[in-house]
Amino acid sequence: MSDISPALSAPTAPAAAPIPEGRAAAGRRLTTLYVYEAPVRLWHWVNALSIVVLCITGYLIGSPLPTLSGEPSAHYLMGTIRFLHFAAGYIFAVGFLGRIAWAFLGNRYARELFTFPFWRKSFWRGLFVEIQWYMFLKTRPLKFVGHNPLAQLFLFWVMVVGSLFMIGTGFALYSEGTGMGSWQDTLFGWIIPLLGGSLSVHTLHHLGMWVIILFVLVHVYSVIREDIMSRQSMISAITNGYRSFRDDDPD
Amino acid sequence: MAGLETFYEVMRRQGITRRSFLKYCSLTAAALGLGPEFVPEIAHAMENKPRTPVLWLHGLECTCCSESFIRSAHPLVKDVVLSMISLDYDDTLMASAGHQAEAILDEVMEKYKGNYILAVEGNPPLNEDGMYCIIGGKPFVDQLKKVAKDAKAVISWGSCASHGCVQAARPNPTRATPVHEVILDKPIIKVPGCPPIAEVMTGVITYMLTFDRLPELDRQGRPKMFYSQRIHDKCYRRPHFDAGQYVEAFDDEGARKGYCLYKVGCKGPTTYNACSTTRWNDGVSFPIQSGHGCIGCSEDGFWDKGSWYARLTDLKGVGFGIEANADRVGMAAAGVVGGGIAVHAAVSALKRARHKDADQQSTPADHNNKGEAA
Repeated sequence: MSDISPALSAPTAPAAAPIPEGRAAAGRRLTTLYVYEAPVRLWHWVNALSIVVLCITGYLIGSPLPTLSGEPSAHYLMGTIRFLHFAAGYIFAVGFLGRIAWAFLGNRYARELFTFPFWRKSFWRGLFVEIQWYMFLKTRPLKFVGHNPLAQLFLFWVMVVGSLFMIGTGFALYSEGTGMGSWQDTLFGWIIPLLGGSLSVHTLHHLGMWVIILFVLVHVYSVIREDIMSRQSMISAITNGYRSFRDDDPD
Repeated sequence: MAGLETFYEVMRRQGITRRSFLKYCSLTAAALGLGPEFVPEIAHAMENKPRTPVLWLHGLECTCCSESFIRSAHPLVKDVVLSMISLDYDDTLMASAGHQAEAILDEVMEKYKGNYILAVEGNPPLNEDGMYCIIGGKPFVDQLKKVAKDAKAVISWGSCASHGCVQAARPNPTRATPVHEVILDKPIIKVPGCPPIAEVMTGVITYMLTFDRLPELDRQGRPKMFYSQRIHDKCYRRPHFDAGQYVEAFDDEGARKGYCLYKVGCKGPTTYNACSTTRWNDGVSFPIQSGHGCIGCSEDGFWDKGSWYARLTDLKGVGFGIEANADRVGMAAAGVVGGGIAVHAAVSALKRARHKDADQQSTPADHNNKGEAA
């Protein structure tokens, strides 16, 4: 609605490509906008891959594979699994930091992930319309250049806050191995007594994994559904960066 | 004039030779993780410093800390430290009893005001004005506050004093409360464990008496020298953990071969203590060495954090069923969400098919009107 239309009618926004004139048959012009810049797309896929690795290895750390026989010197299975988990954790954390940096450097849609417009009335109105669309109470959703308000709600509270929680608890647990005085311990070690001890942090970190898995389920489903049914493209936007609209109607 | 005696004099009085005394000093230095250059420093301190009295109070507890303490593997530590404490006050170990014993408490408190160390075993229950634990006719919490007022520092012996332990486990009917939540204005050293290792206890006391300062503490107030690493970090079964070799069930092949106890619920990876290095009973063994996983007795709330025989904690305390753990809750939620998605997708497809049918029968203008109406 009102927060969308300025976005649409503001090709002056930094790095947002001017609306190219589409096929001009009968005055129709199907709009395509450059929304997600290369670093955002790269981050998205690196993040997705590291989440997959983190979930699989994390699950196997909590519930290890069946016992191997032979001499312990012949195997390093748990060691390898933990190494993959820590390596993917570092990639996840560094990617998250890079993504924060890009929020300052990139275009307006790069900032969207980190802002939750709690005080913006139009956001809540848009959210209401989007919920109605998902409840089949509306035959047609609104148009959005960036994320729709429902997506933004989940992205902020699960991906941003959730990632921060997983990075914080993850590095706190990692600091138990690196030991007192390590930078991981200095930066994150305080989280362990705060959340009630090592075992509680393990459990919360484990539950956090399941929250992220639920998010991925909903995310993949809604992206595919939106790509088919909404008024703008989804999958192309996160692969080549361009989002196209299927109609030229307002909002 | 017991108050002016030095440690060394007390030792000599008990028939300990100088040679044994120096041996004790070097062993203590090693136990505290100090280099050999500290041996003369310890000896010097023990020879010259008048001893600091220790008052040992007992609240709600099982006396396992005392039992552990008097079994300190190093006999000299026991003889020296324990005899000096019993000179002052420890109601389960001292010879005197009743009014006589309580009188000693008052006397020491007055004579060494601000200079004695208070060691607390157990914790005060706060419900019903503390009536669940009465010492000398008065609630323990009153005695604790009274003695703590003029103490130089407080040692919380064991998990009871440090964290609350079993009497503070849910639902905690007596409101048993760890010492640091009652005594707020004194430095508190937590020495958790149920019980703590004897050498850890004597080591902490010896450090405080010789160096006249608190040991370096971690974020949770535990001496770093004994609680800076997990059982897991120094466990002799660790190679089996890294290799992926676990005891799947007690008495299986892996158990006989001494594989890692992770899968049968060992809490070594989440427990900070010195068991895997110091071990127990003169270094004879420790739980993992005898084939049972660590139960995490030196961790806060270990009674309330699920089975001692399961790797993943159950979540009954936070409103889930007794069998629920993170994976079961997560998989159930994933099932519900997955089912929801399937239903939603089906309805979406149905709606879309209907919508298309309607579209084919109507003009584009109709479609636009519909869109605006939506």
